[in-house]
Amino acid sequence: MVDTELTWLPELINKVEKRSQREAYGKTITLLGKDKNVVVLDADLSSSTHTNLFQKSYPDRFFNMGIAENNMIGVASGLAQSGMNVFASSFAVFATGRAYDLIRQSVCYAESNVKIVATHAGLTVGEDGATHQMLEDLGLMSGLPGMKVFSPSDAPETEEIINYVYENKGPAYVRLSREKVPLIHTGNSFTFGKNELLEEGDDVTIISTGIMTYAATVAARRLKSLGISARVLNMSTVKPVDKESIIKAARETGKIVTAEEHSIYNGIGSRVAEVTSENYPVPVLRLGVYDKFGESGNAWELMDKYNLNPLGIVKKVEEIMKVRA
Amino acid sequence: MQETNDVPYIKEKAKEVRKLIIQMTYAAKSGHPGGSLSATDVLTYLYFKEMRIDPKNPMWEDRDRFVLSKGHASPALYSVLALRGFFPVEKLFTFRKLGSELQGHVTNHVPGVDATAGSLGQGFSNAIGMALAARLKNKSYRVFAMIGDGESNEGSVWEAALSANHLKLSNLIVFLDRNMIQLDGFTENILSLGNMEDKFRSFGWATRTINGHSIDEIQKAVEWSKENEGPKMIIAKTIKGKGVSFMENNPEYHGKPVQDEKKLDEALKQIEEGF
Repeated sequence: MVDTELTWLPELINKVEKRSQREAYGKTITLLGKDKNVVVLDADLSSSTHTNLFQKSYPDRFFNMGIAENNMIGVASGLAQSGMNVFASSFAVFATGRAYDLIRQSVCYAESNVKIVATHAGLTVGEDGATHQMLEDLGLMSGLPGMKVFSPSDAPETEEIINYVYENKGPAYVRLSREKVPLIHTGNSFTFGKNELLEEGDDVTIISTGIMTYAATVAARRLKSLGISARVLNMSTVKPVDKESIIKAARETGKIVTAEEHSIYNGIGSRVAEVTSENYPVPVLRLGVYDKFGESGNAWELMDKYNLNPLGIVKKVEEIMKVRA
Repeated sequence: MQETNDVPYIKEKAKEVRKLIIQMTYAAKSGHPGGSLSATDVLTYLYFKEMRIDPKNPMWEDRDRFVLSKGHASPALYSVLALRGFFPVEKLFTFRKLGSELQGHVTNHVPGVDATAGSLGQGFSNAIGMALAARLKNKSYRVFAMIGDGESNEGSVWEAALSANHLKLSNLIVFLDRNMIQLDGFTENILSLGNMEDKFRSFGWATRTINGHSIDEIQKAVEWSKENEGPKMIIAKTIKGKGVSFMENNPEYHGKPVQDEKKLDEALKQIEEGF
């Protein structure tokens, strides 16, 4: 029998309050638009990324660059080098994969004040399938010198992160979902460069990002009923990595499970394992997508198929509890 | 505009630039002299005659910008900037060496360099962003750029070509350094570009073809650019390796400096005296 409380079946997902991250993004940049230096670019996806909300209020500072992501990022760099505060948006697969070399040289190496806010990251793109399901973006962006990388867990945190990157100069990447995601926060929860402590615990630590942070809180509740005290850390700043809270978790709980809607390569699991290996080696197990492309399907059914749900986390925790450090 | 007695002065400066290109790439034992020599006359004209710039204040907000999208022609831009007073000429001899600010391909960390380039096609898009920012900030500065013909193999060059026309950027003046040679050989043998003026005209640009080594024609083209709406593409027909007999039209010198003292002296003599 399926443990519905630990999956994304409609019984669970329809019950919880959800909000759209991309809509939160569109509304936040529209509020920021009163600053005349804010310019927004999009690559023919403005009604999906919700940059069209900004366009409605500030048509003179919105530019639809067409399906030409390389030129969009290059133009963003030129605007930023001339004093503008630039947001450039597309789907994660195009914004980071297609335009990678431009981001590397025209944004990061040139130290341009460009914020790349990408929506439709991960499997929850759903029906469009593997071509549109970006699972490698955190790795691509984290490898770039000078790039700050964010993966908010819900809509209120998205608003705080967008405000943060607006106020702080320099290249930034923000990863958002297509699907509405369960609410965890009500605002005022984000601190740059710090993993947020969502649940205290001493037997094991779950470090999660994006939508998997909600899954981690559900998993932690179940684990408690099974007699396992799980700490939950929300890693919404992917880079720079908050080493301190990871080392503390390793020292105090001795075991770490990571969970992300991303490849197990070069996402938060890899970052956490790097920190523990170099500073305080403990067993780390990673939940993510295992060297695979996605596929078409309903977003939540896909997440269940790939074990990216509370049950997947509970199983990883049970597995790591058997490991003797 | 000053009278045509500027021409001998610009020609003299271009000679100095060419000699520095040869010397600094010889000192670096690497670099791209061929495409630097083909670009020299346009760059010298822009920096010594046309652009509104202040070497004492390289980041002056109202300055005209120049983007060298074919960033491997860094010896030409660095030499022009040094002679124009942005940094000491001696610094040119640190080019490509460990610890030098003068990286192999141009970077915006160098005083006077407005855009980082090296991976081809990117500077062109940067220039569009800079030209667009002038409109948003109500500034009257112009953005000059130079792209290469080999560079135009890159797809993003054509994204940029569509974009500049769509945005109606009248303050964007781009030179195409049409020297007909890229790293592996002649452009038409590698990925034929055909008539570049026709191509850019069909993309909606105001276009003009000139001899890119004639100061007089460069000057006329720049004056022409002031009277036309929309982005301007000036096809500068040039000779790769211009000024040195054994380098001219020789793909070998795309990315290789003169090899010995004898060749160095010969090259410098030819630049000074003509051949």
